[in-house]
Parts: sequence; structure tokens; C-alpha cells
Amino acid sequence: MSKIKVVHYLNQFFAQIGGEEMADMEPELREGLIGPGIALQQALGADYEIVATVICGDNYFGSNLEEAQSRILELIKPYSPQLFVAGPAFNAGRYGVACGTIATAVEKEFGIPALTGMYVENPGVEMFKKDLYIIETANSAAGMRKAMPKIATLAKKLINGNEIDLPAEDGYHERGIRVNYFHDKRGSTRAVDMLLQKVKGEEYQTEYPMPFFDRVPPATPIIDMSKAKVAIVSSGGIVPLGNPDRIESSSATKFGKYDVTGMDRMSKDDFISIHGGYDTAYILEDPNLAIPLDVLREMEKEGQIGELANYFYSTTGTGTSVGNAEVFGTEIGKQLLADGVTAVILTST
Amino acid sequence: MVKEIERYGLPVVHMCTIVPISLTIGANRIVPTVAIPYPLGDPHLGEEKSKNLRRHLVEKGLDALQTEVDGQTVFEE
Amino acid sequence: MKLELGKILIQDVQFGAKTEVVDRTLFVNKEEIIELVLEDDRLIGADVELARPGESVRIAPVKDVIEPRVKVTGGGVLFPGMINKVEQVGSGRTHALVGATVITCGRIVGFQEGLIDMSGPAAKYCPFSETNNVVLVIEPADNLETHDYETAGRLAGLKVAAYIGEAGKNIEPDEVVVYETKPLLEQALQYPDLPKIGYVHMLQSQGLLHDTYYYGVDAKQLVPTFMYPTEIMDGAIVSGNCVAPCDKVTTFHHLNNPIIEDLFARHGKDLNFMGVVLTNENVFLADKDRSSDMTAKLCEFFGFEGVIISEEGYGNPDTDLMMNCQKVSQKGIKVVLITDEFPGRDGKSQSLADTVDEADALVSCGNGNVIINFPPMEKVIGTLDFVETMIGGYEGSLKPDGSIEAELQIVIASTIANGYNKLAARGH
Repeated sequence: MSKIKVVHYLNQFFAQIGGEEMADMEPELREGLIGPGIALQQALGADYEIVATVICGDNYFGSNLEEAQSRILELIKPYSPQLFVAGPAFNAGRYGVACGTIATAVEKEFGIPALTGMYVENPGVEMFKKDLYIIETANSAAGMRKAMPKIATLAKKLINGNEIDLPAEDGYHERGIRVNYFHDKRGSTRAVDMLLQKVKGEEYQTEYPMPFFDRVPPATPIIDMSKAKVAIVSSGGIVPLGNPDRIESSSATKFGKYDVTGMDRMSKDDFISIHGGYDTAYILEDPNLAIPLDVLREMEKEGQIGELANYFYSTTGTGTSVGNAEVFGTEIGKQLLADGVTAVILTST
Repeated sequence: MVKEIERYGLPVVHMCTIVPISLTIGANRIVPTVAIPYPLGDPHLGEEKSKNLRRHLVEKGLDALQTEVDGQTVFEE
Repeated sequence: MKLELGKILIQDVQFGAKTEVVDRTLFVNKEEIIELVLEDDRLIGADVELARPGESVRIAPVKDVIEPRVKVTGGGVLFPGMINKVEQVGSGRTHALVGATVITCGRIVGFQEGLIDMSGPAAKYCPFSETNNVVLVIEPADNLETHDYETAGRLAGLKVAAYIGEAGKNIEPDEVVVYETKPLLEQALQYPDLPKIGYVHMLQSQGLLHDTYYYGVDAKQLVPTFMYPTEIMDGAIVSGNCVAPCDKVTTFHHLNNPIIEDLFARHGKDLNFMGVVLTNENVFLADKDRSSDMTAKLCEFFGFEGVIISEEGYGNPDTDLMMNCQKVSQKGIKVVLITDEFPGRDGKSQSLADTVDEADALVSCGNGNVIINFPPMEKVIGTLDFVETMIGGYEGSLKPDGSIEAELQIVIASTIANGYNKLAARGH
């Protein structure tokens, strides 16, 4: 059996090239293993072989993010690696960010398991834990001996397609990924247990800590609405008859852009709602209840708004993950900006 | 979606019924609407009055887009 | 109020000349059931199929699931205000055919009906993969308006469940469990040293396919009220909703509410179960404000020291859940919430649409967005025509060989947010 090919990523310091003075070094590849690679190879065992090590200066990586990534990917490609390990970076911030960035890029580019290791306070943990398995390490290189076996154990599980255990058991930073399992008690029994603990003032542990939603500073207001180009976006699940883009009625994975050129109002002969979260009978009868095309057209004619964009963007809000909604928003926003839109009305059901 | 569009500097007014959700997710300009199955209008009022109500709500939305805000603001009646 | 619930265990279901229970086998007369269903002229066709645990059978699109029960003694009849006149229930004796159900299925009403697999890898997610099911396949009249179709289907299921339940009336139950809740002041005095615990039961009430009925009253017209828990066991609450299949609280789940069962199991031991506050999940913000205010007021008035709150559905009902949590907590009452999670297919997004700081004790009934593969089954009861438009389904979900790839939420009651199942989610 041929060995599993591993590529290892190190910064200038761990590759024993130099300290801060060498932090600008550009990416280069060495065949075989270097420095911490010895411990990694040992932990991985005889079925694995570190075929190459890529080295890059932390400052170079940080100030040339795009270029560093593409150059490193090019360097690695000929080796067709099956596993990628970066670092570990311990508490080195720039190194942590580099490890996270390149491991994420490798995973995406080659579709292979990529992992790294960091100390809990390394900013790279917060940045990349959702994308990667990041093994929890000590805050300095003194923890190398302990970190490498953990990295190797998890890497092997990923390679072999074994089930990954809880963060505490497999030693990685919790990624905030919600994974199903079967508890030995049903939910209602757990609720009674938890309630009695809470009532008695004992310690209890929620099964889902309240999530965090970030904030965006408000955009500056429109000064003269009669010159503004207004666009409509909706999460009410309004689509043309037949739902051409097959948008899901719940937990949407896509959005649609639908033309309303020449229309004075939304007609029930042209549009329907496929939203699974409410009684759609009213909107099926009058889609203007979700997409206020009729009144916006009037305002456009009266000159209250400069122009109404001749389309609306649409998706289903119910059960749609914030992750997907962010992707939709980013793409819709880009397109709106490119089309000269200056103000947006977003309607939700 | 609201936030990601607003990140480009485009002002967005979120017209929705369940204001608490809008506040939780982080919309900045919020105009409360009528009901989940009919946010902009009220079919029970008949077509003309429903449309007048819609016009009123959309005007409020446009007003919100022309108002300077420091943070999350709900534009009540 | 005191109810004796006689549990008659059913281990098999068969067609027979007479609808009866013999040695733990339920026999059903197909013709009589069909006749009963077709009494309603909104339905022009009906068929009855049987589905047992372990069979290679897929049922879709499922509308409701009901446990056959019968009132033996005590006032009232099953499902008051729905198929029977309104009369107080919850006292005396009721028999249940435990291990049997009636499932209604047929052409889709909306997007919200779901799947049940009787075997294979998806079976472990559904409580009805383990029951002996009498499946009613209904066919609506041409051009029947959707609200009427939903009503006709709902009533057909209840009628058939009550009809089959009659077969248990004179059978000696395998087990009799007694549930009793005394009037408030007496109940408080019965176990003065134990914490007084209540249950806030949120009913889905958002309109077509999202409705629930309380003694025949559409729950969206309710203001929060008090219920003796045993009323629910006699069918005082009926599901008229199909929300998302995974968190649908079927009529079966109302009859067998696990929170009520588990609170009774600890009643007099380490808690004093005082009763149920019933509230709704409406589409107007003003209703949400009003209902949560009144829920908190009732919890305070009844002297609850702790409550469990369960929701039905996701998205905007999360707001009702959070408003209830916040307002009840502000009365100094300890709160535990039960919910399910929708963090996206990758599990990385926020699981709830709304949050409050007070929601610090929450039980998870699982992530409904996980993708599941359903191998083909030898037999399909109903139709797979609507799989791709059902909640949890998507373009390409249904494969030519009859297998399905879809989100877990397409499976009936798989992540039901009253804690009926053992499925849970945790952070990786």
C-alpha cells in the first residue's frame, strides 16, 4: 500500500530559517520534513509520509494574502497531497492567521482534510474555527510534543472517514457546528431535570448557548429621494408562476431576480408565494402585499422616487440559515450597487 | 441579508411584522408592518383601503431611508 | 381533575371483518372506515393501508397522526368541539390503543406535509416508524379550496381514530395510570415543600396549515388560559397544522404530551406539577405582545416557581418563545425552554431566529437541516410527487430509483420541540 502523502506548512521561525528579520520571506517549498515535521511524522506513523514542507514568512503572508495563497497552492499542487497540516501556531497571532488561511484554502482547492493547532487566545481560532479543525495547544512551542499526537489522531480520523468526537474528546476548539446525536434521555425528561436544577439554584448547562448576531453601522440616509433609484428585496417567497429557480419553501439555498419591466402592479397571474412559513392565501390573491410594486410605480410616476429598479430579488426567509442569507445579501448588494441602486426596501413576511 | 446589503453603504429599510427578530438580527431601519401573511396592506379592508395602507407604509419606509440614525431604530407611528 | 388512562398495548394491525382488538392485535374493517370518511362530500375517494414497523414502506405526504382513544367513563367524548359536541373532558376513564395510530395522507395541501419511513436509516428519527399504523389515503373533490381540504382531512382522521378507539372500550387495559391535578389552592397544599412547576404550552396558530384547536376554538383566537393536563389526554387539543414536518406537534403528540407525562412522573416526588398555561403563536406582533404578557401574568398568579416552555415551528414562533421566556423570567420564575435548531445544512449558523439573554437554559431537540439519505422503499403509501416542494426537500431530492436526499426536517416529528424524542444537537 502506498503511503498517504502529507504536506506540512511552517513559518520562517519554525522552519529554522530565522526570526523576525526573516518574516518577509516569500513562499518556498522543501522536499520532505523540517523541524516540527519530525514530531508530526512520528505521530502519524509509517502509513503516512510528509512529502514536502512549505515555508512562508509571517509578514509576507499577512501583507500579501491573495498572492501568498495562490503561490503556495501552486507549489503544493505537483505533490497531490492527501492531508495538509499547518503549524501548530500556538499563540503566535500572525502565524495563526496564516495557518488558518492556508489550511482553509488547501481544503477548498484540493478537497483534502486540512488542520492546524493553536492556543485558545490566538486570533486565528475565532477566525477559522468554523472552517477548520484547530487542535487546542499550549501557548508556546513547549507544547509541541503534546500537540502533534493530537493533530495526528484527528487527521487519521478525517482520512479514514471516522466519526469525529466532541471537542473535548478529540482536543479541538469547538467549531460552533451543531451536530445531531441521540441522547439517552428524551428531551422532555432533560428539561424537567434542568428546570429542577435551576429552581434549586444548582448548576445547570444549557444545550444551546444563545448565539451572537453581529451589527453593521447604519448607512447614511438618502438626501433627495426624487433622485434615488429604489430596489425591492423580499424574503416572502414571491416567485414567478412555476418557481423557475426552484427556490425552497423553507431553508432556502438560493435567491432569484425577477423582472417587472412594464408592470404597474404585481399580478396574481404572474407571481405566487412558495413560502412554507405562513398561510399564503392572501399573498397568492394579491402579491403586492409582499412586493409593493403598485404603490412604488405610482410614486415613480409622481416623481417621489427617482426610479424604481425593474426587478426584485426574492428568497424564502423561514428557516433560512444566517450563513445562506449572508451569501444572498452579499451577492444581491453587489448587483444592486453595480446597477446604480441607491436605496433598498426589504420586505419580510 | 439586510446587513450584508447595508455593508455596501446602501441604506436598507426592513419592513417586517415581527420587529423583535429584525432587532435581534441587526437591521438598522425598521418599519413595522401589518401581519405575517399580509405585511403591506390588509385584505380585509378591501382593495382600495388595503392599497392606501400599503402606500402609507411604503412612504414611511422612504421616510426612514431619509432619516439619519445612530443605531437600530424602529419607525413607529 | 382526575383521569385514569387505560393503556391497551397493540403489537400488530390487520384487516378484519370487524374492527376489534384481539390478543394485542388490532383488526380494522376497511369498508367501514372508507364509508365513514366518504360521509364528507368534500372527499371523493379514500383508501386504507396498513404500515407496520420494519416494513419497506414510505408514507407521504403525511398530514396528521392520531392515537385511537375512547372515553369509557367521565363526562364528555373524545375531541370535543371537533367531531363531538363541546363538553368538558379530562375526568373519569379513558382507554388508549398504545402502539397503534391513524395517519392521514393524500395529495399535498401546502408545503408542510412530511414523510414517514417504516424501516431503513430514516426510521430512527420518527416515532411512527415504531407504531402499527392505519393509513388513510384521502382524495379531495376537484377544485376543493385548500382550507376546506385541510378541514376535511383533519376531521376524517379524528373520526377514524375515534371509530377505531371504540374497539378498546371493553378491553381490560394492560396498564392503568392515574393522573390527577387538584384545584389550584389544594394542589399547592398537597406538596407544600416541593417546587411548584407549570408548563407553558405554545400552540401553533398562524393560519392555514399552522392552526391548532382547543375545544374546537381556533387557537389564534385564544387569550392564554389555564388547562388541567388531563383535558389534553382526552383530545381537548387537536392539530390542524402541518408547520414544518419535523416539528409538527401531531394530535398524537398532544394526546401523549411528553412534558406533561414527565412532570407527572416526578409529581409528588421532587416537584409539584400545578398545571398547564395554554398560549398561541400568532401572526400579529400585538398578539405576541398580548399573549406573552398574559402568559407571564398567569404563571405569576398561579405561584409557579419554575416553568417549561415548548414551542411549535421555527422562525417567528422563536419570538413568541423568547418573549414568553423573558416576561416569565422577569416575574422571578425559573424557565427552561425546549426547541429544535435550524443552523443551516453546514450547522454553522445561528440555530434560532430570535434570542433574549434570559434564555440561558435550553433543551435542544436536534438540528433539522442535516441532510439525510432515504433509500428506496418497496411500497409507497400516498405519493412522492411532492417531495421536492415539501419543506426539507429541494430540486433533485427525489432520485429516479425512488430514493430521496432531503433535510431531516422532511420527516414527521423528527425534531419535535416538546422533547418527545431522544435526538439532540451539540456543538462540535
